[in-house]
Amino acid sequence: MPWFRILFLGLISLLGFNNDIFAQNTLVSPQDFTAFDTPNDAGGSVSLTWRVVPENNKPEVPYLILAATAPDGPWFEQTTLVNLKSDYPQYFGLSASNKLWSYCEITDFKQSLTDDNPKPITATTYFKLAVTDGSKTLGFSSVVSAMHQGNWFDASKINILIFVVIFSFVIMFFISLARKNPDLFIRRIPGLDAIEEAIGRATEMGKPILYLNGLDGMGSLSTIAATSILGKVARKVANYDSQIKVPCRDPIVMSVCQEVVREAYLEAGRPDAYNQDNIFFITDDQFAYAAAVDGLMVRHKPAANLYMGYYYAESLLLAETGAAIGAIQIAGTDSITQLPFFITTCDYTLMGEELYAASAYLSREPLQTGSLKGQDFTKGLIILILILGSLASTAGITFLVNLFKTF
Amino acid sequence: MDNTVLLGVWLAVGLTLFMYSFLYKDNVFFRFGEHVYLGISIGYIIVRVIFNNFINDLYKPLVEDRDYILIIPALMGLALYTRFFTRIAWVSRVIFAFIVGFGAGLGIPRTIAGGIFKQLEGVLMPLAAIKDGFFFNADGNFTLVNINSLIIIVGITSVLVYFFFSVEHKGVVKSVSRVGIYFVMIAFGASFGYTVMGRMSLLIGRCYDLIEFSSPKYYYASIVLLIMLILVFIIYEVVIKKGEVLKTNE
Repeated sequence: MPWFRILFLGLISLLGFNNDIFAQNTLVSPQDFTAFDTPNDAGGSVSLTWRVVPENNKPEVPYLILAATAPDGPWFEQTTLVNLKSDYPQYFGLSASNKLWSYCEITDFKQSLTDDNPKPITATTYFKLAVTDGSKTLGFSSVVSAMHQGNWFDASKINILIFVVIFSFVIMFFISLARKNPDLFIRRIPGLDAIEEAIGRATEMGKPILYLNGLDGMGSLSTIAATSILGKVARKVANYDSQIKVPCRDPIVMSVCQEVVREAYLEAGRPDAYNQDNIFFITDDQFAYAAAVDGLMVRHKPAANLYMGYYYAESLLLAETGAAIGAIQIAGTDSITQLPFFITTCDYTLMGEELYAASAYLSREPLQTGSLKGQDFTKGLIILILILGSLASTAGITFLVNLFKTF
Repeated sequence: MDNTVLLGVWLAVGLTLFMYSFLYKDNVFFRFGEHVYLGISIGYIIVRVIFNNFINDLYKPLVEDRDYILIIPALMGLALYTRFFTRIAWVSRVIFAFIVGFGAGLGIPRTIAGGIFKQLEGVLMPLAAIKDGFFFNADGNFTLVNINSLIIIVGITSVLVYFFFSVEHKGVVKSVSRVGIYFVMIAFGASFGYTVMGRMSLLIGRCYDLIEFSSPKYYYASIVLLIMLILVFIIYEVVIKKGEVLKTNE
């Protein structure tokens, strides 16, 4: 018997609550013991469940899990468990009946309880469960076996899938509506009206416009929105025969921006005025980028600075320098931590979703307008869920709360 | 003390002061610091990409482990360079479309899970204790178990109304959205103060270093370099610039 098992059982004896119970022989053998591949995971673990027996479910009653590579052994002790939690919603859902089952997850195969170098389970493994009374095993479960495998589908995230599908249908509906009626109402966004004013000012002063796309890559939704706005801004710049400079932190963003600006100049009928060198890569180091853009600002003195996209700690360094050179500054970001800095240093700030709305407002394209309308509809739905859910929760109904649980 | 350590200290102090000199105005020292910083960062990125991405992620698994599936992303990466050849530049657009689509596909479920579901899960809390059909506690007094829940619901609802773009902000909507913008500004104020405190601690850390490096152990690096910097500025402003002004006037 391993030394710490003796110690463990000895401690239970010292605490003085085992003898009476076991003397009365109130413990029962494990029931309905099963082993299976842990659902909704990437593989690597096997789950064991057995029915909760009130007589056994006490802190002083240890279960012992044994494992073997063959049905008839040899058996190796894996772990001792006491007073188990009986529900695991990530794997088994939120059904009340789950509380009737004890649960244990096994990821490694040990040669003994003290094995410090357990091996991952690589083949079908056999398990049995024992209930001990401190000195002897009172009963064994039947032998069960299982092998793990990765799952293609994580059923615990089904609520997210349903929401995505509903949300997609709502968006598509509003896009078709916007195609039929392109003049769907979108409220005025003050910051955007200022863009035209800023471009006009830059043209009058004969100075360039500085446009930043944020520090994230093309995988970020705010960068996608920023490049979309860049297209509209570049078109206005081309019409006004002004100049736009776009320093980038990401080479892929730079390439996308070059395409976007080139397209904008083509649409404006000024392909000759397009200069690819005005959209350039600086570095992907955050503060080196900030230092370079600051230097650019003080040397070229742009008349307008537009900060769209996602920003981090460099936001204040950029916007403060821009304010110091007297440029009109318009920011648009969904970076909550940096918004306060833009609000304090810029003339106009598009907050959060206004950045996404800006693109639709400027373009009036059915695709974007419909998408914006769909988002508004979803926001209304969320407000409704919020109010109804809180009232239901107050009344003790947890259905809506459970519907939005994520694991 | 090891000479390399001493050189490192003097470089660190010098570059720190060069960058801080921007607080005075754009100058040759700041430009030097800026370009050194930029050059080092670019050099570092190139080395990092070659060793981490090209050698460790592509070359070794492909050649040593014969993981041929990596040929596909490698070809996709190479296809980005087709933009330099006008006739086949469209190939790079296909790859860009893949990158943007992949980013959106990865981002949308994550945003819904973290930005909507997690938030709702935390907000859908009981507003009050109900006993015998009324909001009373055990002592028979009116109670709101979780006043925070009520504030949060009012806050979220009004902020969401502010971000409604389909309706004009007039009448009731205007009033509710005004409440929403107050909530937003309170949150921003708190965030602003918190971040400024963080920045102050960064500044203090830098100042601690400068003070430490001004000791005799480091041959008064901070003091010597600061005096030199100030002297150069004075000479430039008083002597050279004044001379230039006089020359222009003549």
